Amino acid sequence: MNQIQYTNRAKAVDRRPLNFIERLYLWNIFIGMFITIKHFFKKKPTVQYPEQVREVGTAYRGLHILNRDEEGRERCTACGLCAVACPAEAISMEAAERLDDEEHLYREEKYAAKYEINMLRCIFCGLCEDACPKDAIYLSHTFTPTNYHRKGLIYKKEDMLIPNPKTQPEEYAKAKGLIDDKKKK
Amino acid sequence: MNIYLLAIDWWFIIEKLVLIALIVTLCLIIAMYETYGERKVAAFIQDRIGPNRAGPFGILQPLADGGKLFFKEEIIPLTSSKYLFVLGPTLAMITALLTSAVIPWGTSLEIGGRNVALQVADINIGVLYIFAVVSIGVYGIMIGAWSSNNKFSLLSGLRAASQMISYELAMGLALIAILMMSGSLQMSVIVNKQMSGALGGFGGWNIWYQPLGFLVFFTCALAECNRTPFDLPEAESELNFGYHQEYSSMKLGFYLFAEYINMFMSCILMATLFLGGYDIPFVNETTLAAHIGQNWVALLSFLSLLAKAFFLVFVFMWIRWTVPRFRFDQLMHLGWKKLIPLALANMVITAALILWMNS
Ligand code: SF4
Ligand code: SF4
Repeated sequence: MNQIQYTNRAKAVDRRPLNFIERLYLWNIFIGMFITIKHFFKKKPTVQYPEQVREVGTAYRGLHILNRDEEGRERCTACGLCAVACPAEAISMEAAERLDDEEHLYREEKYAAKYEINMLRCIFCGLCEDACPKDAIYLSHTFTPTNYHRKGLIYKKEDMLIPNPKTQPEEYAKAKGLIDDKKKK
Repeated sequence: MNIYLLAIDWWFIIEKLVLIALIVTLCLIIAMYETYGERKVAAFIQDRIGPNRAGPFGILQPLADGGKLFFKEEIIPLTSSKYLFVLGPTLAMITALLTSAVIPWGTSLEIGGRNVALQVADINIGVLYIFAVVSIGVYGIMIGAWSSNNKFSLLSGLRAASQMISYELAMGLALIAILMMSGSLQMSVIVNKQMSGALGGFGGWNIWYQPLGFLVFFTCALAECNRTPFDLPEAESELNFGYHQEYSSMKLGFYLFAEYINMFMSCILMATLFLGGYDIPFVNETTLAAHIGQNWVALLSFLSLLAKAFFLVFVFMWIRWTVPRFRFDQLMHLGWKKLIPLALANMVITAALILWMNS
């Protein structure tokens, strides 16, 4: 029987009848036990999770972060492009008009009064990040959000906003570091 | 009446009671830590780490498991036969612990001028007694399986019964060769005979004279303890859980415990019969006793027995995580058509050799 070879990795199955040693079964068990005992003494690849965290790649897509500009103003202008781009329909927002005394808070004249992402729906594809014309949304390296309630996993704007560079420069730099990481790649 | 009471050796009774209490506690603790050991061995063989959160290295894990079992809801199925349902695990547990009675755990202690043997009952039919008790053990499984009124459990009970009966035969036959060599059914005699061998007892171990017998006995012990590759009575993938499917809480705990005690006991038994019992290899116990005192030797010999048993337990676990489960017909085939003829041949050859040497 001649079979078509698609790759050269195919291995023919050995269908010869078992010889005496193999039929004794015992010898093969010893071989098997030798293999398992080798594994017994191998170094374990386990990462002790809460204490040790595995390094993720620079392109890792974790929880979202809403960006601010250098003066600490929110960049999002509630254009809704991210919501449109989102394949999981996880984003919802409510726009509002910036008042005169709010110029230090919002960069554009229109801003998101409410901005929610349902982390249970989100598939962390990063399309929102691609869609945003204002550099306002990024996916960070933080992962495994946990909560006791479904409601708690609908993240509000406050949960995602990056710390203010004016009032909390240190936290901002830390969060920013991750964003810069992503830009570099 | 009073005179009669005085005639009883009270120290003897107290000594035995203390010994029984100690041995039962020891068995329970070891069974507990066998579960831990099993999980660790399984994990290491599978390149994992295993339980390591409860206490340092997870050594409190068995306590957590036990506590969990205690606090689970006790369910007795409505359609089950109530008394038998409770009797099943009880019987399994009792028979598992009963075997420990005739095991010689070490050389004798010397307390206040008395010679205290580390053996509960040195009866002259020790080996026979063990076999009797072990065969009652199958009732625990059968009764539990049958009374749960569950098809899978019943099937597993059938399997357990037929498996145990078939393997007990080969086991007994393998044993007869040993008995012919030592000429006694008494456990202490069997051990003493091995201890008198060359190299401080090491050369006298029965395993050197009966390698085939040991192999057969070991295989049968695996089957008797329902360990993989012969764990057909509780084959999860075929029978859901086997005979303890309907059991919950501590009744399930008893079954699982009994299994681990059985495993420890059969390893102790194998160590006693084939690996020189409490013999410390390469050391002559009597000369050592003259140097460091009899009690220390007793302790060391006890530790030596434990070490041998633990090694065998480890091999049991090692096999469990290496060899896949047999099919039932394969199991029967192996038992009846391979092991019994082998054991028979071993017996006949041993008998012929003994006759030849003696003539
Ligand atoms: S990462 Fe993907 S799924 Fe998640 S919010 Fe952005 S676009 Fe939607
Ligand atoms: S995050 Fe970006 S795309 Fe989404 S609404 Fe705000 S500005 Fe528009």
